[in-house]
Amino acid sequence: MKNILLIAGKDLRLAFRDRAAIILMLAAPFLLTLGMALVTGRLTSPGGASSGPSNIPVLIINRDGESLGNALVETFQSAELDELLEAQVVEDEQAARRAVDEDQVAGLVIIPAGFTRSIIPPQGAVIDTTAEPVKLQFYANPARPTSTAIIETILTEYLSRVEEGRVIGMASVFQMLTSGVFTPAEAQAYGDEMRRQFSESADETALQDDEFGTLTLKVIGAPEQESVQFDVMAFMAPGMALLFLMFTVTYGGRSFLAERRQRTLQRMLTSPTALPQVLGGKMLGTYLTGVLQLIILIGSSSLLFNLRWGNFWGVLALILLAAFAATGWGLLITAFARTPGQVSTYGSAVMLTFGILGGSFVDLSALPEPVRLISRITPNAWGLDGFTILGLGGGLAQLTRPLLGLFVLGSVLFILAVWRFSRRRDLIQ
Amino acid sequence: MSVILQVNNLVKRYGELTAVKGISFEVQEGEIFSLLGPNGAGKTTTISVLSTLFPPSEGDALIAGHSVVRQPYAVRQVIGIVPQEIALYEDLTARENLNFWGQLYGLSGRELKARVEEVLEQTGLQEKANQRVKTYSGGMKRRLNIGVGLLHRPRLLFMDEPTVGIDPQSRRAILETVKDLNRQAGMTILYTTHYMEEAQELSHRVGIIDHGEMIALGTQAELVRLVGQKETLVLHFGEDQSTAAILPKIQQIFGIQQVIAEDHTLQVLAGDAEEVLPAVIQICAAENLKIRTIQIQEPNLEAVFLQLTGRALRD
Repeated sequence: MKNILLIAGKDLRLAFRDRAAIILMLAAPFLLTLGMALVTGRLTSPGGASSGPSNIPVLIINRDGESLGNALVETFQSAELDELLEAQVVEDEQAARRAVDEDQVAGLVIIPAGFTRSIIPPQGAVIDTTAEPVKLQFYANPARPTSTAIIETILTEYLSRVEEGRVIGMASVFQMLTSGVFTPAEAQAYGDEMRRQFSESADETALQDDEFGTLTLKVIGAPEQESVQFDVMAFMAPGMALLFLMFTVTYGGRSFLAERRQRTLQRMLTSPTALPQVLGGKMLGTYLTGVLQLIILIGSSSLLFNLRWGNFWGVLALILLAAFAATGWGLLITAFARTPGQVSTYGSAVMLTFGILGGSFVDLSALPEPVRLISRITPNAWGLDGFTILGLGGGLAQLTRPLLGLFVLGSVLFILAVWRFSRRRDLIQ
Repeated sequence: MSVILQVNNLVKRYGELTAVKGISFEVQEGEIFSLLGPNGAGKTTTISVLSTLFPPSEGDALIAGHSVVRQPYAVRQVIGIVPQEIALYEDLTARENLNFWGQLYGLSGRELKARVEEVLEQTGLQEKANQRVKTYSGGMKRRLNIGVGLLHRPRLLFMDEPTVGIDPQSRRAILETVKDLNRQAGMTILYTTHYMEEAQELSHRVGIIDHGEMIALGTQAELVRLVGQKETLVLHFGEDQSTAAILPKIQQIFGIQQVIAEDHTLQVLAGDAEEVLPAVIQICAAENLKIRTIQIQEPNLEAVFLQLTGRALRD
């Protein structure tokens, strides 16, 4: 293990001493993001025109028809979400499901009857504290993972705020009862008043603009809490970072074959170091370089553009797994290439193809379904899904799918690359 | 002296090509042993197998009692290698390179620091130790390349043509370093070269290798005895001169053992070169060949190689 760390540390040092590599790893994505921000007007007017996901078609069936159900419909159809969503209220569930199956829309949200009453009981009703609230249903289109992730995030955020309000209300009443602030007889009157206020606030507009004019989702019950913002830059910057992450892993692969050419690989293999240790060290070095690149890009864009990448642990998990999957690709390319030049050539082609396929330049949901399916072989697509979810306020819990996708992709690529390396006799001869 | 390296019928094949054809030899602890042979003779392949870079196709070698086939990691603890190419990281400094390679060999802490400083002093790179290797001259890189091989004080050091492509001054410095390592540190060295002068100057014993076979082995005196007391008469002609026509006539001169014509040069092996010289000049004059230089060489390893292979060593 010591030798693996030594080789990885040496590679990390070499990567950050190479001026050309630094330009491509750090400066290029930064400048491209900056350029795109200027083009989209993000720098002049925050929340400017988006090149990210837009007009996501979603159907809603509102069987609740009461305050919370109506508020959710209003949220989806609000002016603030107008660019992002194209929400339509329908009645026919079968037709709506068919529209999802046929890839006409990204998903179907069903608000069941009794949704509001399960959270805000009617006046005089007995509150059953153990009863589960009626659940919202979301019928997602698997062919549009980014779009469905966005809808899911909005729903989750809405529900968490509603649930928060409900629990706080109930806890307050019970706390006051047990501490003798009021009697059980008075509790009924207080409860009715709280229900009335809660219900009224739900009827009010659920969405408000924040001071910058970026997309803001504010949910009833917690007006003072931090709101959810979707910033265009939060879509562009990850796209660029993931695009150039592919360059970094290609650079790492090239360095492996360069070591063979400059005979340092052979020298290592005559020291007490085995080939798997050298491979492990090179992989780890490439991986760490990728991780460091993403951390620097994300950190600097947060500082310079005041860009909000979202939940810290979610961002960290995405960085670690996106770099893992990208390293898998870098390794596989290296395993099939004969010379460092070939790695560069194949790597550049793969990097650009993945950039297009993976959504770094265009919104994936605008592409045909076969292309969207193929895009799943790219770390870019999974990574962008994740960063979009985070940009919309999602947390680790909502990242399961992209994280799993990246992990499976990386693992498969690593296995393939190691298998290929084990069959190569030319590496040391 | 004990045997530190014992090579037994070593064979290495690359597909159809057999690069090393069953060579066997021994190296005693504390000696400098040279493998002398032209390019493509199998010297580097032999060193690569002995340094466990890849296994032999057949045969085995024992280094300090460890088999290169069955115990490669034990062998790697004992050996050091100075490859023919400069195997260094050009974007690291000399000190960083030495630290990295030293740690790979298991050095750490004070021992590592002390050895790095010693090697920097030994190679004369102390003043430029913190400069990146890419700023070094070819000679400096060569010295550092050797330094890396010495870091962990190996019992057996393989040096694969370490003077190829460098200026005479650096070459001289490297040869002196090799002698010092052997004399002062008692290091055993297996040195490969295609320069006869280097093998003659450095080696206690020499193995002459050609086309993957060991064709002669012994001390310099023992090898010279193989060709008898023959001298070599070397004649150089102008570039527009052809020696083909005079070959049969020269071969008929009494006292001449062997004649080889290559690249406007004629090498004549004879018991007494001075005695046959007038007859050789006469034949050249008759064919209007203009001789540029004439040289008479005492019996040496070049003559041995010439006698055994019918070719000059530099080919």
